[in-house]
Amino acid sequence: MENRLFVCSSPHLRDNATTQRIMLDVIIALLPPAAAGIIYFGLRSALIIAVTIAASVLTEYLMRKGLKRDQTISDLSAVVTGLLLALNLPPSIPVWIAIVGAVIATGLIKQLFGGLGQNFMNPALGARVILVVAWAKQMTTWTEPLADAVASATPLSLLDATATATPVGGTDWYSYMDMFLGKIPGCIGETSALAILLGFVYLLARGVITWHIPVIYTGTVALLTWVLGPEGLFTGDPLYHVLAGGLLIGAVFMATDYATSPMTRKGTVIYATGCGLLTVLFRLYGNMPEGVSFAIILMNILTPLIDRHTIPVAFGGEKGVG
Amino acid sequence: MALKWVFRGGVPAPHRKNTAGSETSAIGTPEKVVIPMIQHIGAPCTPLVKQGDTVKVGQKIGDSEAYVSSPVHSSVSGTVTKVEPMLYASGKLVMSVEIKTDGKQEISEDISPPEVRNRDDFLKAIRQAGLVGLGGAGFPTHVKLNPPKDKEIDCLIINGAECEPYITSDYREMVENPSGIINGIRLVLDYLDIPRAVIGIENNKPDAIMILTGLAEEDKRISVQSLRSRYPQGAEKTLIYSVTGRKVPSGKLPADVGCIVLNVNTVSFIASYLETGMPLIRKRVTVDGPVVNRPKNVDVPIGTSLRDVFDFCGGFSSTPYKVLMGGPMMGIAQYSLETSVIKNTNAILAFDKKEGDLPAEWACIRCGRCIDACPMNLLPLEINRLVMANKIDELNRYHILDCIECGSCSYSCPSKRHLVQSIRLGKDAVRRLKKA
Repeated sequence: MENRLFVCSSPHLRDNATTQRIMLDVIIALLPPAAAGIIYFGLRSALIIAVTIAASVLTEYLMRKGLKRDQTISDLSAVVTGLLLALNLPPSIPVWIAIVGAVIATGLIKQLFGGLGQNFMNPALGARVILVVAWAKQMTTWTEPLADAVASATPLSLLDATATATPVGGTDWYSYMDMFLGKIPGCIGETSALAILLGFVYLLARGVITWHIPVIYTGTVALLTWVLGPEGLFTGDPLYHVLAGGLLIGAVFMATDYATSPMTRKGTVIYATGCGLLTVLFRLYGNMPEGVSFAIILMNILTPLIDRHTIPVAFGGEKGVG
Repeated sequence: MALKWVFRGGVPAPHRKNTAGSETSAIGTPEKVVIPMIQHIGAPCTPLVKQGDTVKVGQKIGDSEAYVSSPVHSSVSGTVTKVEPMLYASGKLVMSVEIKTDGKQEISEDISPPEVRNRDDFLKAIRQAGLVGLGGAGFPTHVKLNPPKDKEIDCLIINGAECEPYITSDYREMVENPSGIINGIRLVLDYLDIPRAVIGIENNKPDAIMILTGLAEEDKRISVQSLRSRYPQGAEKTLIYSVTGRKVPSGKLPADVGCIVLNVNTVSFIASYLETGMPLIRKRVTVDGPVVNRPKNVDVPIGTSLRDVFDFCGGFSSTPYKVLMGGPMMGIAQYSLETSVIKNTNAILAFDKKEGDLPAEWACIRCGRCIDACPMNLLPLEINRLVMANKIDELNRYHILDCIECGSCSYSCPSKRHLVQSIRLGKDAVRRLKKA
């Protein structure tokens, strides 16, 4: 038959969005926090970022090759995982630990479970938690911003050490402005609320994420830390808790991970509230100052369960219709 | 009028109404036509002619005893050369009548305006006309207009949404024959005793809205509703919701919420048939696509091959890679240019490889865009996962049979996954499981 026609099932038209473009958008949104990290903690941060990304991409490449699967590094998700992990590491982290983290994130948590979209927890956060447990000292050694010196305390460890004090007023406390700009010790990409908010606005504008998870998560933390204050009910400092530690980067970039957060709006609300509850539980009543990573990972694991119980009613399937 | 009811989901599919300004031009009588014995949902017709018979324009050449069926008429005069199964638009072989035309286009003596005095006459006439839904599925109109006695119909909805990209055949009817549409509506309202009619038109066709709004002023029962231009606005369930705020319950029909939906071309044909008695033998078809030399709207005798219609439009600028009957969102890809234009063909489109190829699938990243796009509030990504894993028994939990197959999920997927395509397979498997 002359010129055979190509036949397939409809639709015959697709929109321009691609997975690669979504990943690129996430990378672009992570540039401000990465830049803030390099500005405050020096070029070593850039080195950590570069090495972690390279290790993540190489791990994915080798694993796909070894497992005889299609090559997927061009979808850019390995870059995102590497970058996210780097931004959640202390600036002084030994390079080899960062590499181990990237291998755990991309090799163990992502590829061994089937690759993109199949991981049961956020790869970068999962790896971070393993590193925190395995190399507790290196993972909690902080650098003073704009100075090549070891920092005494992060905003959250300060809070932990002086559990009864009021944060505001004391001379040892970090100012809200420093916390907002990121001039505080912490992980490379987590300290600058301003930079993270820039990324957040970009992701919203590009339609990559919706406001629901970041706002509900942060809101829950703010509300609970205010209510459960150190000197009785309603004496807490919610702003301090929102700006301190990894809450904002976690709420904007980690908790919103498509693969490990619920599919529906209803599920999302349950999930984000759960993240907030657990974060406050770990921060206020746990042994470690920070709880964002553990909170998100626990809710990641609960996500399939949430999804199972929040299957939406179909249009026209509601009770009493018709 | 402001939009009171806004359906969820959908996608901002491009409009590409390149042929909107193209006044309908009639194609000359082709050398032969191939008229399939089934051009509708329901029982196939039995051929009433055999090889060697001479036929005239409008002559009935196929009919069925079944209620849910629709007779088929010759669109040409000439000699029957073949009565055998031939390739049909769906890709199946269907009993068809091939007629070699004699160029005279002699009109059958049987053609005269039907005598219609009451509802029964009216419905009988519509069946005789061979009228089926001209907007898409091709459901016999006399069946649609005769809902069960216990369903009270209080609203006739006329579908002028035309939300599929490229297609302008409904639009051309609205600007070329608006009084026919209004007359047809009045006939349906009168004979079926329905109190009101609403013509729903997407707001990307402001002149059609203006013209019909002006004409509708003559009859207080008829109004025009401007609709959001968002795919799939013209799907029955979303259209009914946008116009009345009523949701057709899962597994039910429009009549269950007091509505009947007719396409603008269907309703104007009713007026024309009652006036002339000429059955449905011609169709306006939008011919477009990147490889068509002169895209336009063409008035085509039913049974004309796609090749003849494309030739009338100046042929192809390069070899077509994919040819569709219908729009790009729900149209059916054709195996051959020899298939015929049938009653519900509203467009034929030809694409090159760049636009026509099937994109490669990437892994699902669970971004949820398909969920946001689904007008039926389903979870396409989950249904896709279950179908691909052959977990058919779990599909009902995800309301798979509520899918209207609009394709918004596949359209919006950044990983280019074949979501609705797999849902179709799943629906079929679920139905077979039920029967077993």
